[in-house]
Amino acid sequence: MAKTSMRRTFRLVPLLAATPRHWSSNPGAPPPLQTRLLLYLSHRFHDVETLLSWIPWLKSRGVRQKNIFYGYTQENFGDNVAAAFYILSLRGGFRFAGQSEWFRSNKRGKFSWDFINQRDATIEEVDASNTLINYTGLENLVKQKSLRTLSLCGCVEVDDWFLSRLHVFQDTLEELDISHCPQITVGGLASLRNLRALRRLDISSLPKLQDPGLVAILLEEMLPQCQVTAFGFDHSLTYSHTPTDAQRTESVQEQ
Amino acid sequence: KHNYNAHNIPTFLSMKYLENQFKAFREKTAEAMPSSDWTPFEINRSLPPERADIVIVGGGVMGWSIAYWLKQKEKIREGVRVLVVERDPTYSQASTVLSAGGIRQQFSLPENIVLSIASADFMRNINKHLSVLNEDPVDLQFNHSGYLFLASENVAQIMEENYKTQRYVGAKVALLSPTQLKEKFPWINTDGIVLASYGLENEGWFDPWTLLNAFRRKAISMGVYQCFGEVTGFKYTTNSMNTAEGNKLDFQRIKYANVQMPNSLEYQPVECAIVVNAAGAFSGKVAEMMGIGLGLKDTIAGVPLPVEPRKRFVYVVHCPDGPGLETPFLIDYSGVYFRREGLGGNYIAGMSPEEEEPDTSNLEVDHQFFQEKVWPRLAHRVPAFENLKVKSAWAGFYDYNTFDQNGIVGNHPLVNNMFFATGFSGHGLQHSPAVGRAIAELILDGGFQTLDLSAFSFQRIITQEPMLEKNIV
Repeated sequence: MAKTSMRRTFRLVPLLAATPRHWSSNPGAPPPLQTRLLLYLSHRFHDVETLLSWIPWLKSRGVRQKNIFYGYTQENFGDNVAAAFYILSLRGGFRFAGQSEWFRSNKRGKFSWDFINQRDATIEEVDASNTLINYTGLENLVKQKSLRTLSLCGCVEVDDWFLSRLHVFQDTLEELDISHCPQITVGGLASLRNLRALRRLDISSLPKLQDPGLVAILLEEMLPQCQVTAFGFDHSLTYSHTPTDAQRTESVQEQ
Repeated sequence: KHNYNAHNIPTFLSMKYLENQFKAFREKTAEAMPSSDWTPFEINRSLPPERADIVIVGGGVMGWSIAYWLKQKEKIREGVRVLVVERDPTYSQASTVLSAGGIRQQFSLPENIVLSIASADFMRNINKHLSVLNEDPVDLQFNHSGYLFLASENVAQIMEENYKTQRYVGAKVALLSPTQLKEKFPWINTDGIVLASYGLENEGWFDPWTLLNAFRRKAISMGVYQCFGEVTGFKYTTNSMNTAEGNKLDFQRIKYANVQMPNSLEYQPVECAIVVNAAGAFSGKVAEMMGIGLGLKDTIAGVPLPVEPRKRFVYVVHCPDGPGLETPFLIDYSGVYFRREGLGGNYIAGMSPEEEEPDTSNLEVDHQFFQEKVWPRLAHRVPAFENLKVKSAWAGFYDYNTFDQNGIVGNHPLVNNMFFATGFSGHGLQHSPAVGRAIAELILDGGFQTLDLSAFSFQRIITQEPMLEKNIV
């Protein structure tokens, strides 16, 4: 019995180590050995499967914590201070309307608390690049009626639903930067039709856009006063996998 | 002394005798382990299990949503055994996959609005609910383009009232005047329009097949049994009781659901505690198997389930100069609707027939209907649609509630363990996550917990109090 089980494991070791299986979402290189080992174990043992299923939940807990509703601050200090506090705890930056000074946190997450004294100053520009801002967190910002610039470059949690909520800024938002956001698709970009005041839109390097050139043209038609920037896409012609006429005649001649 | 039968073979070697012995052996070993249904030899692997707690008749998005929520809400592992029975593995006639896939909050009944909002919340967090370990995340391809309803003079008043209800309940809708409409959508011909209602958030369309498969994949990963077969009948016990006035009422309790295998006479009686009728357009037939509606005319038993299939056509058209990326799901007051499909200038259009209903015996498309009824109205509303070309068309069934065109959610008063989740008349897909949760709460918690859908119970059919929805497409 032991011999057969050992023989079985020895047969599986080269399978684990070498086989370039077709991994469903990544047709490129196979994942590293530890991922394949975990996958193998999770297919065989329920406890490994349960432990692995907790990982996304733990990750989402971190995101949820960052995007809670700042209700206490809103009650005691007003909406603007709550929005400012929210953006600073996200490690983003903002600028009040009528001032030229940006409030940011430093690399360690520390920031100055001067904004607390300015209860009436509304926020005009928000730089939330590379933060964990998401749809629930946007609830903290909806009261900012004079928001002009919103920069969401590289935000992992910004998806189509987030874009559809931006209609609350439809009269004032002039600049929107959603480059490098991995979850945005055309369906979300269609919801930007409500932003009447939009002048500059940056949709560079959105990995989920299948036809970036066409989408840029359609967006320009949809928002006639807006300038759409779309760098970082490969607009060249792609090779098709069907043989061209030249290749076909070559193979016929060879035969 | 041996017995010989007609073929001169000893009886104990004949096939019939061997089969009977075999069957007795299986039954004896099954009895030896009463709570498990392990058998030493499985004759037919596609048969459903012999015992299930809840049998869901119908494997569309509603059935699988209920199955998912039942497993999600069970308090202990393998607390309920759920079986989903679907007649057609190719889903060729299922309403789910033939639907245009829209979701809107613009209804007139607050219950419908709340159902849509809850379903949109579910779809926003769909990967939190329906992601399976080591599988790709769910991508519904949700287009957040909103719905645009156009009203003429005589329905503008209703639209305003609906708008007030929608805002009160929490839907994000805006009213537009004809000038604002022309400014936003320059390709519309505002002739005859007095008011327009436009959804700002949580409205649009998505891929129904993806939603169905997401529910199915997650439910199967949680242990729901799937069986391809047709429920052809039920075995039930009857209990007669007298009301206070002395009238006799027959209460029926379903004991077995007979599931017949496709293309075969073989059937398996599945012993069950609860049956959920989520059969969509064919729910009326399933209800008739229980005798619902076959009693005396003025009794509760004589009230049938008022759900019947109604055929609706969807046409895919191509228009080179048509409206662009901002095209909402536009619904005109004449009943015609269209929405954008993809980025290549294709649109999906249709219309609910006014006078005569098309024949429901097949899913053939009537192209004359498009030429005579749909195209003129489309071209009137959007002048660019005067030169369009029909690329393709299909037909699907609505599970049409002939009583008041709204869903029936809840159990039957006389057949206490048959639950209905049907009759949504074209908005079942967009309400499926929330209704699935409601039915699961009804079954497992005994009553509605998050959303109160008691207004959709079967009671209103018996008391003949319709809950009319004034915004049916």
